[in-house]
Amino acid sequence: MDFLTVLQILDSSIRLATPLLLACLAGLFSERAGIFDIGLEGKMLAAAFFSAAFAFTSGSVWVGLFAGVGASVFLSGLHGAASITFRGNQLISGVAINFLAAGLTVVIAQTWFSQGGRTPQLPSEARFGNIVLPGAESTIREIAQLGPLGQIYSELISGHSILVYIAFLIVPLTWWVLFRTRFGLRLRAVGENPAAVDTAGISVVGMRYAAVIICGVLCGLAGAYLATALNAGFVKDMSAGRGYIALAALIFAKWRPWYALMACLLFGFFDAVGNRFQNITVGEIVVPVQFMQALPYILVVIVLAGLVGRAIPPRAGGEPYVKER
Amino acid sequence: MTDAAAIELRGISKAFGPVQANKDISMSVKRGTIHGIVGENGAGKSTLMSILYGFYKADRGEIFINGQKTEIPDSQAAIRAGIGMVHQHFKLVENFTVVENVILGAEDGAMLNPSIAKARRTLKELSEEYGLKVDPDAIIEDLSVGHQQRVEILKQLYRHADILILDEPTGVLTPAEADQLFRILERLREEGKTIVLITHKLREIMEITDTVSVMRRGEMTNTVATASTSPAELAEMMVGRKVLLRVEKSPAKPGDVMLKVDDLRVVRDGVERLKGVSLHVRAGEILGIAGVAGNGQTELLEVLGGMIPATGGTVTVRNEQIDVSGKHSNGQTRRARGIGHVPEDRQDEGLIMPFEAWENTAFGYHKDPKYNHGMLMDNAAIKADCADKMERYDVRPPNPRLPARNFSGGNQQKIVVAREMDRAPDILLVGQPTRGVDIGAIEFIHKEILRLRDEGKAILLVSVELDEIMGLSDRIAVMFDGKIMGERLPSETNENELGLLMAGVTETRVGGAA
Repeated sequence: MDFLTVLQILDSSIRLATPLLLACLAGLFSERAGIFDIGLEGKMLAAAFFSAAFAFTSGSVWVGLFAGVGASVFLSGLHGAASITFRGNQLISGVAINFLAAGLTVVIAQTWFSQGGRTPQLPSEARFGNIVLPGAESTIREIAQLGPLGQIYSELISGHSILVYIAFLIVPLTWWVLFRTRFGLRLRAVGENPAAVDTAGISVVGMRYAAVIICGVLCGLAGAYLATALNAGFVKDMSAGRGYIALAALIFAKWRPWYALMACLLFGFFDAVGNRFQNITVGEIVVPVQFMQALPYILVVIVLAGLVGRAIPPRAGGEPYVKER
Repeated sequence: MTDAAAIELRGISKAFGPVQANKDISMSVKRGTIHGIVGENGAGKSTLMSILYGFYKADRGEIFINGQKTEIPDSQAAIRAGIGMVHQHFKLVENFTVVENVILGAEDGAMLNPSIAKARRTLKELSEEYGLKVDPDAIIEDLSVGHQQRVEILKQLYRHADILILDEPTGVLTPAEADQLFRILERLREEGKTIVLITHKLREIMEITDTVSVMRRGEMTNTVATASTSPAELAEMMVGRKVLLRVEKSPAKPGDVMLKVDDLRVVRDGVERLKGVSLHVRAGEILGIAGVAGNGQTELLEVLGGMIPATGGTVTVRNEQIDVSGKHSNGQTRRARGIGHVPEDRQDEGLIMPFEAWENTAFGYHKDPKYNHGMLMDNAAIKADCADKMERYDVRPPNPRLPARNFSGGNQQKIVVAREMDRAPDILLVGQPTRGVDIGAIEFIHKEILRLRDEGKAILLVSVELDEIMGLSDRIAVMFDGKIMGERLPSETNENELGLLMAGVTETRVGGAA
C-alpha cells in the first residue's frame, strides 16, 4: 500500500466523518445543556430530504441548505417543547422524531417527485462542489509526482466541499464558545445543575432552548451535507444510523469538542476502510465484505459497552427542570 | 433612610390551592442585625423566604427593602434589591471551580476571562474583609461542606447582597464548622449586613440572633428580642403547647450483649469505608454513634441492616454469628433474627414514595402470616393494621390510602418508625431518626426509642445531631474515617470533646492523615 493510497483513505475518512462530526457537535450542545437528544438521526434525515428537495426545485444549493436547516430546527423546537416546556421524557420525544422523519420524508418525497420516495438526482449547480485550494489544481497523475507534503496538501486538505471546512472550523469554535464565553459557562452549568442557574437569576428554559436550536442548526448542516455534498440527492433512510454513531462518538469523546473530532475521524476512518477493502485475506481466512462494512457499527457497540473508560454525562442530563423551593 | 428597616413585610399571604401557606404575615428586620425565624416543618418559613427571593409571588401584601416598596417577581429582582439566599441544599455546580460558580449569572460581558480575573481580585478582597478563606481555583466537589457553604456566601457578597437569607445553614456542618459560620455571620453583621436565619435549632437562635420570629401554621405568631426569651418558651410558641426539649429518661439497666460487631470492614467503590469497627450493644441500652455524615456510619447501618455485604469481620447476634457477606445476608434474614431497621434516608430507603401508606407498612414484613391469605396478600388486613398504627403513632393525616410522598417529613418518618418499632424487635438500628422532622414529632420519636429501651431492647442509634446523641444515648461511640475514635459516657463528656473526636482529634494524636 503506497502513501497515496493511505492519503486517499484518509481523504475519504474526512468526507465520511463530516456528517458525524456535525451531528456529534449538535448533540454536544444539546446534551451539555442537559437535553439528551436521541433524535439526531431523524433531524439529519429530515434535513437531508428538505435540502435535496429545495435544492432540486430551486436549482440553488443554498436554498436547499436553508430549507434543510429550517426543517431540522423545526424538529429541534418540537423536541425542546416536549422536553423543556412540557417536561416530557426526552428519550421518547427523540425516538418519536426519528420515526416521524423516517416516515414523512419518504411520503413527501413520493408525493412531490413520484420517484419511489427519493428526490431526483441533483444537477451539479444544486450540489456543493469541491473547493480546490490554490496550488492544488493537479491531476491525479501530477499528484503522484509531488513530494509527501504536496501530496498531503493536494489530496487530503484540498478538494472538499465548503461544509467539510465549516464542520472542522466548528470544532475550535465550539471549544471557544463552551469554555471561553459567558454563554458557554451558563450552558455547561444548566446541564450540570439547573437549580444553580435558576437561583443565579438566569432563565433555565431560555438557555436550554438556545442549546436545542444550535443543535438543530448543526444537525441541519449534517443532513444537507449528506444529500447535497456527499451524495447527489435524497434516498430513503440515507442517514443510515449516522445519528446514533454520532451519539456513540459523543460518549466516546466524553462530551468534549476536540475529542469529538478524534472520535468522529476514527469512525469515519473505519467507514472508509470498510468501503475501500471489500475483501481482505488474512492468511487463510477471507474477511467477508459484510464484516468490513459493519466495522463502524461494531466499534459503536464496543464504545457503548464502556470499554473506553467511564464517561460521565452532564449530571442534569435527561431530567426536566422543575423549580423547587 | 438609614433608619428604615432593611426588610419590612406587610400583610403577606400566599395560598397553594386550599392550603394557606402564609397568612397575613408582617415582619420587620432592622439593618445590621441577625433575625431568626423558627417554626415547625410546614409552618411556612420556606414559603415566606421564597416570596422574598422571588421564587413565588405573594397573593397579597407588600415588601419594603430599605424603606422602598419593592416588587420581587423573580430571583433577578431579588438580587438587584440586594437580597442573597444561601439555600439548605447548595446551588453550586459541583464540577466547576469556585470562581466559575461565583461569577455564574454575574459575569461582566460576554467573554469569560476578564470576568474571572475581576472575580479573582474581588474574592481576595472579600475573603480578607470577612475572613472567608477559599481557594478560587478549587473544584467544588473537592471542598468540604463547610467550604462549599462559604462559596455560597461569597457568591452572594460578590453580587453585593446586603441582606443574606440562610436556610438551615448548620444542618450539614460539624460543630466546629458551625462555630466558624457563626463567627463569619457576626463579622458580616459588624460590616452592616442584615441576616435572616431560618433554623429549627433553638440553641443557634439563642446563640447568634438579635431578634426572633416564630411561625406556626402559616402565621407569624410572635416576634421577640432573643435576649428576653428562652428555648423552652420558643418551643412552646412553635408547637402551641409545652414541649420537653430533653426527654426525661431513667438510668439504663443493661442486660446481656445482644449485638456484637468485631473488626467489621466494608469496601465500596474501591474505598474502604469501614476500617475495622468493633462495638457491642446490650439489651436495655442505647449506643449512640456520633460523627459527621460520611464517616462510615451509613455503611455500618447498611451492613447491619443487610443492605450491603461486609468485606471482613463478624457480627454476632445473641452469641450466634450471622452471615454478613454471603447470599443469606439481606433485610429478610435480619428481620427474622429480630433486627428492626429505621434507615437513615426515609425517602430512598425507608419508603417507596409513590406507594400508599398501607403498602409501605407491609414492606419487609410482607411474608407475615397475618398479611397473607395463602398465596394472596390480605390487603384489607394490611390496611386495617396500617390505620391502627397511624392512630397509635399519631400519623397525620391518618389515611392509609394516601401516597407516602404526600405526608410531611415528620409523618413519613412516623410511618417508618411505626413499621419498624411496633414489632418490638430485640435489636433496633436507627439512623437519623429525626432528620428534617419537626419539634413535636422529635419529642414523640425520642419517647418511643426510650420506651423500647426500657422494655429491654438493644438500640443502636446513628445521628449527626449531637444533641440527640447526648440526650438519648447511654454510651456514645464517635466515628471518624471508618473507625471508632473512642467511647464516652454522656455524663462524663461534653460537646467540645465529642466535636474534637468527630474531627479525628484524640488526645494522643491528630487523626485524618489524608
